[in-house]
Amino acid sequence: MMAVIVVAIAARRNLFSVVMLASIYSFLMATILVALDAVDVAMTEASVGAGISTVLLLGALYLTKGEESKPIHRPWLPLGISAAVGAALVYGSLGLPAFSDPQAPIHTHVVPRYLLESLKETGVPNVVTSVLASYRGYDTLGETTVVFTAGAGVIALLRRRRRRAPKEEVRREE
Amino acid sequence: MRSDLVLRVVAKLLIPFMLIFALYVQFHGELGPGGGFQAGVIIAAAIIFYALIFGLPSVRKMVPDALVETMVATGVLIYAGVGVAGLLLGGNYLDYFVLAHNPVHGQERGIFWIEVGVATTVSGVMLKIFYMFAGRGRDPDDA
Amino acid sequence: MKFASHYAYAVTIFLMITGLFIVIARGNLVKKLIGLGIFQTSVYLLYVAPGKLIGGTAPIVDPEFKVYSNPLPHVLILTAIVVGVATLALGLALVVRIREAYDTIEEDEILAADLAAVPRRDA
Repeated sequence: MMAVIVVAIAARRNLFSVVMLASIYSFLMATILVALDAVDVAMTEASVGAGISTVLLLGALYLTKGEESKPIHRPWLPLGISAAVGAALVYGSLGLPAFSDPQAPIHTHVVPRYLLESLKETGVPNVVTSVLASYRGYDTLGETTVVFTAGAGVIALLRRRRRRAPKEEVRREE
Repeated sequence: MRSDLVLRVVAKLLIPFMLIFALYVQFHGELGPGGGFQAGVIIAAAIIFYALIFGLPSVRKMVPDALVETMVATGVLIYAGVGVAGLLLGGNYLDYFVLAHNPVHGQERGIFWIEVGVATTVSGVMLKIFYMFAGRGRDPDDA
Repeated sequence: MKFASHYAYAVTIFLMITGLFIVIARGNLVKKLIGLGIFQTSVYLLYVAPGKLIGGTAPIVDPEFKVYSNPLPHVLILTAIVVGVATLALGLALVVRIREAYDTIEEDEILAADLAAVPRRDA
């Protein structure tokens, strides 16, 4: 299902429909994440990916044009590169542990300590919140600073008002 | 004009519930899924919904630019402030167990305040970016 | 024999290479940003999928459940999602400025306009 949607995103040229397909894709991703028991991540992906991203993309489309031009190069080289990268990644992923293997290293290193001690040490039943805010609090400080920097960057880029007269294209006078 | 009326009535009914849901997600982030990021985005989404229905100038009067820019910076300052409070009370930076008489209560208090800081910054930034994008295409004397 | 247990990785890799294809093969800047977003989302799936234990539940500690899915990838991906939207916002602000400067957002036309402007400085 998601494969169909991303192929359609690659192929369609009307940018409004592409933005709507991207929003549907985010919702489907959020549903898959719930099926994988990642409820916090699913809520964030649904609200941020399908909500805010769509609003920002529509705002940008309003300020630019809404149709993509026909590509002038044949896409054989990018298709070949993507297929080669994909083949290399599939070959690499065969060495990863199988799906839902309890003995995989991801489950045995430091996570049992988080799961067992979180309620005793922090008093918070949601292990994701306690790891995010207490055990790995520095990372969350960095993330908040990244969000702040993005806001400051957008303010710096878009602060001045749009000029009324279009700029004369001097180089076209040749 | 008729479809405009339906949208306005539905918006006035829905927006308070959206804001209460955002507060619920924020404060119950410890007992269920949720937390600062999701709550901040939902608050921003509620105000963007208001802007879509009632127009950008009216929402700029209700939530002015200065307030949004203050929110953007205050959230990070609250977060860093909790860390400095940990320093002043005797522990390392961002230590929570010194913030109250009981280490577990200190953890809960620290987590509460940093989630408030995160929600403030995230909602401020999302709202400010929306204001910048939506206000860009207008005539300069319309702000 | 290995393909049934590694199906999750195969789906993720297909989404990843489609995102990569959109970024390198399409010239429209907004579509490139959407392709980048698809790439990022597939990486989230790549991280969260190995944490799932069949028969487990969401990592919220409760006395009636014994097996939990791994919470550590969830934390990392939560940060990644928010950083991703920050990147998208900055990228879109740059696209808006490029549009106002060049009057187009197609990569070919922008390169042509830049190359046409260069020889003037030699004259």
